[in-house]
Amino acid sequence: MATRIEATNVTAYYGSFKAIENITLTVEPKTVTALIGPSGCGKSTFLRSINRMHEVVPGARVDGRLTIDGQDIYARDVDVTAVRRMIGMVFQRPNPFPTMSIFENVVAGLRLNGVRRRSVLEEAAERALRAANLWDEVKDRLGKPGAGLSGGQQQRLCIARTIAVEPQVVLMDEPCSALDPISTLAIEDLMFRLKDRYTIIIVTHNMQQAARVSDRTAFFSIERTGEPGRLVEYDDTQKIFSNPREKRTEDYITGRFG
Amino acid sequence: MTVTSTPPVAPGRNPQLRARRLPVVAPVGIAVAAVAVAAVLVHGTGIGGAALVVALAVLLHLVGLYAASSAVEGRRRARDRTWSALIHSASVLALLPLASVVWTLVSNGLDRMDRNFFLTSMNNIGARDPHGGAYHAIVGTLEQVGIATLITVPVGIACAIYVVEYGRGGLTQLIRFFVDVMTGIPSIVAGLFVLAFWILIVSPYLNDGRPGYSGFAASLALSVLMLPTIVRSTEEMLRLVPASLREGAYALGVARWKTILRIVLPTAAPGIVTGVMLAVARAAGETAPVLLVAGGGAAINLNPFENNQSSLALFVYQQAGDASRYAPARAWAAALTLVALVLVLTITAKLLARRNRFGR
Repeated sequence: MATRIEATNVTAYYGSFKAIENITLTVEPKTVTALIGPSGCGKSTFLRSINRMHEVVPGARVDGRLTIDGQDIYARDVDVTAVRRMIGMVFQRPNPFPTMSIFENVVAGLRLNGVRRRSVLEEAAERALRAANLWDEVKDRLGKPGAGLSGGQQQRLCIARTIAVEPQVVLMDEPCSALDPISTLAIEDLMFRLKDRYTIIIVTHNMQQAARVSDRTAFFSIERTGEPGRLVEYDDTQKIFSNPREKRTEDYITGRFG
Repeated sequence: MTVTSTPPVAPGRNPQLRARRLPVVAPVGIAVAAVAVAAVLVHGTGIGGAALVVALAVLLHLVGLYAASSAVEGRRRARDRTWSALIHSASVLALLPLASVVWTLVSNGLDRMDRNFFLTSMNNIGARDPHGGAYHAIVGTLEQVGIATLITVPVGIACAIYVVEYGRGGLTQLIRFFVDVMTGIPSIVAGLFVLAFWILIVSPYLNDGRPGYSGFAASLALSVLMLPTIVRSTEEMLRLVPASLREGAYALGVARWKTILRIVLPTAAPGIVTGVMLAVARAAGETAPVLLVAGGGAAINLNPFENNQSSLALFVYQQAGDASRYAPARAWAAALTLVALVLVLTITAKLLARRNRFGR
């Protein structure tokens, strides 16, 4: 159960500012795709338009076509909440709900979408926490506040929360940028394991991370500040990091251009 | 190779890091000396009294502290000491009125805090009767403020949610503007508004053609006063909820209204409760609107929708102006009751808001 995502000429705006222009790419099911590129090049914007989180910002809108297994997610009769349940998202900063316990955080998505049965919730919580590699650390204190965990644990809690609703795609927006190397390793391990079941798209500034975890890599860039971000090159990670087609990709990867 | 010769430094005694300090008792000594000098000056010249001694002592203390500290420790430390002394005096000064109010209330109010006071009304209590109580007024305050809270909390919170979460453009600006204007409405104007609108125009239809005072009318007037406070404080609290929490919920496929209800409001709850309690406290202490539209009264009236009702604030006002020599004690006891009531409500509300939630 995983999903092909096709973007065709996706252009996203913040008010009148065009953040990305004509992004066209296809993400294969059960792969990890890394989006890399300099700050402000629109990686996160593109990521957020995939689960319609872009439009949460006032004045933001998306043009072009984004389909999941052929279904246009920006079609008029599409339910936004259903799209977001199918395409989960993990944010840069861990954002556990401060009023909820660890258990409540994990099952928040289920509970707020109407699942009431305690046994179902408990089972889902354990499954998600095990999948997020957090179960052993928190199983004795599920009733404690989620905000009391360490940063790395909080991020894994947020991943557990995301996969508890059983999405088909997991988007990760620089999930390790606020974490130490050990927590980063834990989350990268997690990505390897989640790959069997989910399609994963990750935005990262860490080139080694992109090389380590991803199957395919998309390099985004901007001409200069104020210009929209464009997709420069999209290929197998191996190819991008060893023998990129574009000069600009090579410059960025080797650190000659920031 | 030149070696700059530095004198050998004993371990733990680096002169570069060490500075001369005033002895710990010095500030205390300076304070005592300042009080003594001030007392001598005031009593010697015969001008002023105890208050002047204190003011003068504080001034002398600041000057003395600065002089002593800058002589021994240098200017930077002297300024630090002087400013912290100044700030401490300011906080004491700010707390003085509060302490004074509490002391006055307790010392005067305890006299009549007896069974009789809480269980009887002022019905048939003549000027020579030392008894009489505030039962009717306590009931009135509880009912009026309770109804006003029931009206304003849902409306106010809904209004704030609209402004923060949904509002775009003109209407929101208009609402915020009018809420700001409402904040400045004097309570007597709110009372007059309800008198003109509710008592004179609406109530005759509910009351066989005759206009009538009621506790409910007072609730309406209090609502006018409470609403802007609740809207503004709730608005501020909702804005403090990080956008990342909303996004986290949206990303789980949670609908917007449910995100607001289950994530945003609980996160902001302690702050919202504080705002509501401020509004309740303000409303409970209002006299003018109750006087205008509830009419007051000496007898117990449990029905807020019909006939005159009193309230604690109004009771205080009436007893304080009463000619009976027993009235002032009743006024003080009622004032103390009012403050205690608001305090208890506030503490209860804070505890309730913290229920199910974790220490912060």
